[in-house]
Amino acid sequence: MSALAHVPTGSGQSASPPPAARPGRHRLLPYLLLLPGAAWLFLFFAVPLLQLAAASLYDPDGSLSTGYALTWAFGNYPTALQAYWPQFGRSFLYAGIALVLALLMGYPLAYAIAQKAGRWKNLLLVCVIAPMFTSFLVRTLAWKTILSDNGWLVGLLRDVHLLGPDGRLLATPVAVVLGLTYNFLPFLVLPLYASLERLDYRLLEASSDLYASPLKTFRRVTLPVSMPGLIAGTLLFFIPATGDYINAELLGTPNQYMIGNVIDSAFLVRLDYPQGAALSFLLMSAILAVVFVYLRRAGTEEVL
Amino acid sequence: MARETPAGDLRLANLTKTFGAFTAVDDLSLTIPQGSFFALLGASGCGKTTTLRMIAGLEEPTSGQVLLGDRDIARLRPYKRPVNTVFQSYALFPHLDIFENVAFGLRRRGIRSVDQQVRQMLSLVQLDGYERRRPAQLSGGQQQRVALARALINHPQVLLLDEPLGALDLKLRRQMQIELKRIQTEVGITFVHVTHDQEEAMTMADTVAVMNAGRIEQLGPPAEIYEFPATAFVANFLGQSNLIAGEVTGGNGNDILVTAHGGRFSVPAARARTNRGPVHLGVRPEKLHLVAGAGQVPAGCQYLEGTISDASYVGVSTQYLLRTGWGTEVSVFVANSGAQQRFVPGNRAVAYWDPRHAFLLGRRAGDDDRTTPVLDEPVGASS
Amino acid sequence: MKLSRWFAEHWVMGVALLVLGYLFLPIAVVAALSFNRPSSRLSYDFNEFTLDNWRNPCATSDMCDAVLRSVQIGFISTVAATALGTLMAFALVRHRFRGRSGLNVLIFLPMATPELVMGTSLLALFVAGGVPLGFWTIVIAHVMFCVSFVVVTVKARLAGMDRRLEEAAMDLYASEWQTFRRITLPLVLPGIVAAALLAFSLSFDDFIITNFNSGTTVTFPMYVWGAAQRGIPPQVNVIGTAMFLVALLLVLASSLRGRQARRAAVTAAVPSPRASTRS
Repeated sequence: MSALAHVPTGSGQSASPPPAARPGRHRLLPYLLLLPGAAWLFLFFAVPLLQLAAASLYDPDGSLSTGYALTWAFGNYPTALQAYWPQFGRSFLYAGIALVLALLMGYPLAYAIAQKAGRWKNLLLVCVIAPMFTSFLVRTLAWKTILSDNGWLVGLLRDVHLLGPDGRLLATPVAVVLGLTYNFLPFLVLPLYASLERLDYRLLEASSDLYASPLKTFRRVTLPVSMPGLIAGTLLFFIPATGDYINAELLGTPNQYMIGNVIDSAFLVRLDYPQGAALSFLLMSAILAVVFVYLRRAGTEEVL
Repeated sequence: MARETPAGDLRLANLTKTFGAFTAVDDLSLTIPQGSFFALLGASGCGKTTTLRMIAGLEEPTSGQVLLGDRDIARLRPYKRPVNTVFQSYALFPHLDIFENVAFGLRRRGIRSVDQQVRQMLSLVQLDGYERRRPAQLSGGQQQRVALARALINHPQVLLLDEPLGALDLKLRRQMQIELKRIQTEVGITFVHVTHDQEEAMTMADTVAVMNAGRIEQLGPPAEIYEFPATAFVANFLGQSNLIAGEVTGGNGNDILVTAHGGRFSVPAARARTNRGPVHLGVRPEKLHLVAGAGQVPAGCQYLEGTISDASYVGVSTQYLLRTGWGTEVSVFVANSGAQQRFVPGNRAVAYWDPRHAFLLGRRAGDDDRTTPVLDEPVGASS
Repeated sequence: MKLSRWFAEHWVMGVALLVLGYLFLPIAVVAALSFNRPSSRLSYDFNEFTLDNWRNPCATSDMCDAVLRSVQIGFISTVAATALGTLMAFALVRHRFRGRSGLNVLIFLPMATPELVMGTSLLALFVAGGVPLGFWTIVIAHVMFCVSFVVVTVKARLAGMDRRLEEAAMDLYASEWQTFRRITLPLVLPGIVAAALLAFSLSFDDFIITNFNSGTTVTFPMYVWGAAQRGIPPQVNVIGTAMFLVALLLVLASSLRGRQARRAAVTAAVPSPRASTRS
């Protein structure tokens, strides 16, 4: 009862000792909250990735029926790359071109909604999101209709001689790139919008007040402010676009096949798991490499 | 919740709170008499809000006790204490209307018929007819009154107010100060009011405690603290003081003799916090009077000579800076009663005072004159 | 001169509207085709106007089965992912614990990994583990890729919440559980609902990951994919259009409610209560 010594009128109620029971329960609580979700992600995301890594090193001579042996067959990688480097290159080329097109379209759109739309802002934003609610595949099939040989678009382009009399859109790289651009455009626009919305219009006025041309104002003020959104949007666009194979399948021909088509058939048609796994890993590391270089050059690693 | 039985005084005993290596509240002990209006005054980060949060139960003391009457409540959960808080940001529940905000505490204690009490409380804070509004639809002053009603309806034994007027504009703040004082007198609950605004503390509180760096520098009625501060910090935090560095040279019956910058002064022994060693001789600017020459100084008064270096006209008074021979600028407030002589920068002048208005504080050797007030943090910078 | 000025002011909006047109072009085609009576199974050209597809969307019954299955999977996955993700968001925002940065990586990576890789890796796991593919493997996969999005969405809402509201509730005699039930949950609920809607739309529309882990189970996107080879029944367009309309109505209804609340706030800002009833 030494605590009483400190209290002039000790009432017999001593100062309770530093509580131990409560914080003890509290220390455990975050782990309890995290456990189910983290376990799920670990079991069905991290473990499968490791499993996939192992699968990519299986003996290529095995099969699904006879079973696979882990023989550390690193040769699977060069073999797969050698066989499918055109599809690999195409994936990055198409996704790259689509990204440039999407930036040309998406930046003005995001800028207009954020800065010029006034009270129509929310409505326009809904217009960007709404098309995503129609099924991805249904939309891509609609493009198939729009781009078809006897559709109005091809007819129009033939009439103005932008296309030859036998010229086509469907089943060409143009159609595939167009499809990629279309399907992933909202992923680019939304983060871009979010960062452009924070741009204070008075900054632009101040800049033009200080004799900056519109182009200079854009380069010196608008672009730097929108950089975080630009980086996030670019990644959200580029990653799924590179791995996509639906546009190439529905709007292109085997001549436009991307690496996704190859991986898809390796797993589901040819049942060549080691090769499919090796290609998946190659795709992922290639994307990570591009992302890493990009982030380095863009000078921000905070987006991660 | 036996609210009929008066709880008795609120006492903090050796209360200490450390965050890592930082000591926010340092061995604080004080007694707040039941039914009083008590103000904890200090700059941002002085530990006053941490003290309040420990009383409320939102922060657990590292050591020490919070006693309400004879009961130590320091380790009770906040919802087990007969103590309520009016938060700085009001913290009104945005998804509940005003009625439900005010009824919240009663409902949590399982009281069924709250209707009459809520209406009574809303009319006490003059918000009749606002029951179904949402907090976002009210002005700052109205929100503040809802926060007050929400706390008072529980008839707490102690009401804590954390910078409750900080977010209001000046005029509204004055109005609410009077209002709060009226309500406190009416309900007779102990109010503990945390603020960094010395004027607010002085107008409302019966007792003010000035806090600095986790400790209480001085405690007492506002007028006493203002007229006879205990430390240089208090002298310049509560209003403004001219503190002239000097040395005690001896005593002369009821007076203490001081030499400062070659001049000789005296202070009544009752106005001295020390009677030896290095001291600060303090005089409030409004206790100084300006005349053109030493010949005009009345008998029994003491004076400093210098040159006017600045004159600011602020309506009720004119604030002069007088540069002394050794370079210190002394503040002088002269009331604009129309009878005084006007000075302009460059004029020679003499500032005199009645020694009974001066005070003497202990000084750390090496400290020089201090004539600038402690700069206050802007409103809203929470501590 | 005046014209060029006008152009300089408005060209960005012009481009934006063109891009929006581009975004809506396929939707318009889907809507139009939902009223089409196709001339043959493989023809996607507009032939003849009809309401039959809308009157009888389940003419091809296997499609409706697929839609129903997608709704079931979407519902189960949404409930599970929302629960798991919300708990994680609370732990991340409200608690300090060891291994936080590792966990953040584990949550971030699924959003940055190509769906293809997630699909194939899960397939490799299920095959290695001898798990039969079907309804439940799809659910497992959907919960996995939805959880991260739920965490991010709820976390944002939770982080924006004023902690002092909870302190105020505790100060007003609410126990920890009452504080959670009366204050925290209602205030975080919009974030949780948004996360659930996002999870449902991700699950309902997912094709790539499902394609690898479905076995013989057919979801709506799987059905469309299969039908694309043989010719698509026009009822698919009915489903596409209906989904679009439902989503649009949901969004408009919520923004309308938001606007009403805002208008009420503006009227209330008028000083005297009488002035507001008059206006």
